[in-house]
Amino acid sequence: MTALHHSLLPRVALPALALLAAFPLVMQAIDQPFYIVLATRILIFALAASSLNLLIGFGGMVSFGHAAFFGTGAYTVGILMVHGVESAWIAWPAAVLMSALAALLIGAISLHTRGVYFIMITLAFAQMIYYVFVSLKAYGGDDGLTLAGRSQIGFGVDLASDVVFYYVVLAIVATLLVLLGRLVNARFGRALQAIRENETRAQAIGFPAYRYKLACFVLGGAMAGLAGVLIVNQNELASPNLLHWMQSGMLMIMVILGGVGFLYGGALGALVLLLLEETLSEYTIHWQLGVGLVLLAVVLFAPNGLLSLARRRTAGG
Amino acid sequence: MDWILLLEQTLNGLQFGLMLFLLAAGLTLVFGIMDMINLAHGSLYMVGAYLAATLLAYTGSFTVAVLGALAGTALFGALLEVSLLRTLYQRDHLTQVLATFALILIINEGTRIIWGSQALLLNAPDALSGPVELFPGLTYPAYRLLIIGVGLAVAVALYLLVAHTRVGMLVRAGASNREMALTMGVNVKRLFTAVFATGAALSALAGAMLGPLLAVQVGMGESILILAFVVIVIGGIGSIRGALVGALLVGFVDTLGRTLLPMSLRSVLPPMVASNLGPALASILIYVLMAAVLFWRPQGLFPARG
Repeated sequence: MTALHHSLLPRVALPALALLAAFPLVMQAIDQPFYIVLATRILIFALAASSLNLLIGFGGMVSFGHAAFFGTGAYTVGILMVHGVESAWIAWPAAVLMSALAALLIGAISLHTRGVYFIMITLAFAQMIYYVFVSLKAYGGDDGLTLAGRSQIGFGVDLASDVVFYYVVLAIVATLLVLLGRLVNARFGRALQAIRENETRAQAIGFPAYRYKLACFVLGGAMAGLAGVLIVNQNELASPNLLHWMQSGMLMIMVILGGVGFLYGGALGALVLLLLEETLSEYTIHWQLGVGLVLLAVVLFAPNGLLSLARRRTAGG
Repeated sequence: MDWILLLEQTLNGLQFGLMLFLLAAGLTLVFGIMDMINLAHGSLYMVGAYLAATLLAYTGSFTVAVLGALAGTALFGALLEVSLLRTLYQRDHLTQVLATFALILIINEGTRIIWGSQALLLNAPDALSGPVELFPGLTYPAYRLLIIGVGLAVAVALYLLVAHTRVGMLVRAGASNREMALTMGVNVKRLFTAVFATGAALSALAGAMLGPLLAVQVGMGESILILAFVVIVIGGIGSIRGALVGALLVGFVDTLGRTLLPMSLRSVLPPMVASNLGPALASILIYVLMAAVLFWRPQGLFPARG
């Protein structure tokens, strides 16, 4: 199984970060601003998928309703903006708080079930939230809620510029991934992984499993809420699609693809899946066939996700 | 006047529930016996509908179309099981989710390549296109009655098969304790393929029968798949009886909720609020039902694991 210590892998992560920091400059130089928008989207989904990986990979909680928190964050920003709250300093924390609150309520009930039943009860709650937002005709209903613009952060920083927005997203995502690494290696993370491996034993040692799992569920929900905040600012639209079960499914696919329980599993999965979609759809309208075949190949040749390949190679060599 | 509407909606609920049962029966057996989460079950339903529409266009006979779709999808399911899904039984649930999600993408795109992205036409037989007067004041579409009849017949046949035959006994043994059934020398390979092909045929039947009522198009499987999962979780995974009870519950709650809830809301709330709130609440009902069932009976209503 996965090792207990999850290194932030500075030898890989720092060059990657430098590359990501230079990316918009290169794209501007070769006049391809579209790729900056795409990269922003990938970063946001990397955050969302990583938050789900915290639940699945470290907490052992396979949630099929993660889009609920993602969408709640997005809609909170949108609804506040309708009522004139444009400041990111108010709207963003409020959105994260709302997502955390939703996660607290849903988690408190759902964590009484196990296994497949947990998967389905989280799905049920997410669907309820989906239909609630669809029914809010005052906030767009089926069509979603179009924003007047991106949030305001002041200090002369204008998020309306895609490049500026990219750097804000990069800073947030990188910070949160570092924090996530600190979290899973801290006492909390160790206890969480012990509970994942054997709940009864962890409880016998004296860890209150339910409370640990609920805390993890709320943290993951809050993180997904922040990703929702970012996606609604990028799209300038809070769409019910963000809350749909297909969205939960896509996030889950990203995590499994990248590697469940690997620190960068969610991020890598988001990168590979979105890039695959983007490149294949440029060549053929039947791109879904290609995505399906690649996913199938991953299942057959990299049983524990892409990152398990890297681990196997280091272990062997 | 009102009770006629109620009766009509009850019949609609029964019809929807029985079709859900056809889908859920295969899903719950595959899940219960092979311990396999098969997201691609909805794709089999779609393949069944497409095969039926194509056969109907060629032969002109609805019966031939439905039976051909059944056989074709069963064969397709068996091939899928032997070639790929068999290797997934020993893997964890998350891997199965990824693999069968990949299958959804592949089958959807394959369908688009073969049949195009336009929805296909699948018409009910002419003889059944009109309404039937059940008794004075209540007319009901004949085709929907046929669906109810077929659904009931299949439910009874499945019950007899599972509860009173040797094969059924093996299936029940597998669902209640897979390892023990293996140890006792059940030829699991053949049993698994047979169970999977039967499940495929049942979902194809649902797809072909519902085709004339809903649109035959790519993606039709995914929307109903979630409902089928709701059904088997409410009923208890691996239990045919649970699947039937769960499917009827979901069918009734969903159909009746969609008519009764907006009506009763209108009597207590201003019409503007009621017309917004009604459909949303109705859509939520089945999920509230599932959450409530899981809260009080975390293993579903009829747990199969003994």
